[in-house]
Amino acid sequence: MSARPSIAPAPDTLRAWLLEPAPASRGQARLGRWFRGWLAFRRNPLALVGLAIVVALVLMALFAPLLASADAAVHQVLEDRLQPSSWAHLFGTDELGRDIYARVVFGSRVTLTIVTLVSLIVVPVGLLIGLPAGYFAGWIDTVLMRLTDIFLAFPRLVLALAFAAALGPGIENAVIAISLTAWPPYARLARAETLTRRQAEFIQAAEMQGASHLRIIATQIVPLCLSSVIIRLTLDMAGIILTAAGLGFLGLGAQPPAAEWGAMVSTGRNVLLDQWWVATIPGLAIFVTSLGFNLLGDGLRDVAGGRG
Amino acid sequence: MSAATTATPAARGRVRRFAGPVRRVAGVVFSVLLTFLGLTCVTFVIGRVMPIDPVLAIVGDKASAETYAQVRAEIGLDLPIPVQYWRYLMKVLHGEFGTSVITSHPVLDDLLHVFPATLELSVLALIIGVVVGVPLGVFAATHRDRWQDQVIRFVSLLGYSMPVFWLGLVGLLLFYAKLGWVEGPGRLDVSYDDIVPTITGLITVDSLIAGEVEVFWNAFWHLVLPASLLGYLSLAYVARMTRSFMLAQLNQEYVLATLAKGLSPWRVVWVHALGNVWVQLVTVIALTFGSLLEGAVLTETVFAWPGLGLYMKNSLFNADLNAVLGGTILVGVVYIGLNMLSDLVYPLVDPRARDRW
Repeated sequence: MSARPSIAPAPDTLRAWLLEPAPASRGQARLGRWFRGWLAFRRNPLALVGLAIVVALVLMALFAPLLASADAAVHQVLEDRLQPSSWAHLFGTDELGRDIYARVVFGSRVTLTIVTLVSLIVVPVGLLIGLPAGYFAGWIDTVLMRLTDIFLAFPRLVLALAFAAALGPGIENAVIAISLTAWPPYARLARAETLTRRQAEFIQAAEMQGASHLRIIATQIVPLCLSSVIIRLTLDMAGIILTAAGLGFLGLGAQPPAAEWGAMVSTGRNVLLDQWWVATIPGLAIFVTSLGFNLLGDGLRDVAGGRG
Repeated sequence: MSAATTATPAARGRVRRFAGPVRRVAGVVFSVLLTFLGLTCVTFVIGRVMPIDPVLAIVGDKASAETYAQVRAEIGLDLPIPVQYWRYLMKVLHGEFGTSVITSHPVLDDLLHVFPATLELSVLALIIGVVVGVPLGVFAATHRDRWQDQVIRFVSLLGYSMPVFWLGLVGLLLFYAKLGWVEGPGRLDVSYDDIVPTITGLITVDSLIAGEVEVFWNAFWHLVLPASLLGYLSLAYVARMTRSFMLAQLNQEYVLATLAKGLSPWRVVWVHALGNVWVQLVTVIALTFGSLLEGAVLTETVFAWPGLGLYMKNSLFNADLNAVLGGTILVGVVYIGLNMLSDLVYPLVDPRARDRW
């Protein structure tokens, strides 16, 4: 509000500016908070490993055509079937002579697509249900939370399976099936976060200034919910990836010839005993990816002080 | 109301003590019914969005329009949706899930036939998960942030991140194909099939009842790998939750007080603190069991385990929707039942929860 007291010398390094105990602007305060979070996060080596894995995954998906040839991922060279690892085929080839390395690289795109789409559905739906429940309380809360409880008590994979069976296999249907069973925790989280802040003075102040409910929810409450939602989402990513891979393994995810890790493991089963790499390497990719998200999520949660 | 006001205080107390649990049980039962309705709604909708026309499947595509309309009316597809749902619900409540296309048995019979195999596997896995997971979680909590804790946390995080079907394949590759420590896929070697009469459906139990020790050991060595791998996955979750519950307990003042009174730390941790944690663990264990049943679809596919999961998977690929939905409802009901059980058991193990009744 007022200018910084002149006794404190102006910070001369970026670090000092970020860690300034009395920030001069909102922007500085916000960046400073992020920076402190990062400093705490940095102390956790496992979380850093998780971050590295996730960043590597995103880069791999973005630059897949530079890392491997798109052709090698789908092109069948039947005379090169089931080759072990070599310089030409780093991870060997599968039963149709396709390069497993290239397929793993391009498979990251499928995985990230599913995860992104599920997040884009699940978070808004969860907020849409949870925010009004916590904000208005009363019967709205009861109805919305009952609905949430119903969906929470559904077996996730089995329901996704039934949906994929009815709608037919494919990425879109896998996304719908997973989203349908993944939103309830976000609704609960959003409700809980809203409840704790509903009576806060800054909400009352906004109400007295005549702000509409919608405005209060959108500008005051949502931003405060987001950090715990994001942490929860990071932790959930691993589960989403595993469910998606499971659907792929059962043949209900991305359809051939698209490279999907779960489906790759499934085809490799037939040659498991003699050509172990066909099934195990894509599985390893699933494992490392979900481990990365778990480590990252754990680290973020610790920084946020166990919230979420 | 008037009866309660004129009653003696003691009677009023009795009424209150009685009314509390009744209200709570009624609440739980109500929410269970609601959830069950939700579940059947979803399976009903799934059954309707199926791209296959059920009438066409019966009459064939050469049938006349009249036959088509007649059959359509016979199955009840011309009725309003709520009526159709009501009829569907009544059928489900009577255990009529229709006939399976593959086996041509009623789906319910099939489900009851395959379910014991799944039960055998998941119960053993759950036992492993709890017997190993809880002590690990307690140990991690008492050694917070020391290397023991880090190791346990990391091991359980690995379990958390592992795709179950991949773990199964790697396990088979290593312990069956390379090392030969365990038997391979399936519940029994083919040569032992049909020796033991089915009583409980759990082969390990049935073989012992029949006194067929050889069959028992064969079944055991088939069971041990999938059960241990699933046990590891549930252990991961159980240990992690136990650790965080225990940390919350160990920070409380009563722990310090009991220690100050000279109780052995061992007793304080394993009797007092863990005793308070069991309550929350009941829920965790119920959820773990639920996820084991769910994961059966994947595990049983990998291990060719003739249980519910494999049944559902095979039905899925033969477009046998009756069987898939029947299985979904069965898993859903067990799942909902587990949730209810943990809600009801809660106050039994925790006097504090009883006060909140």
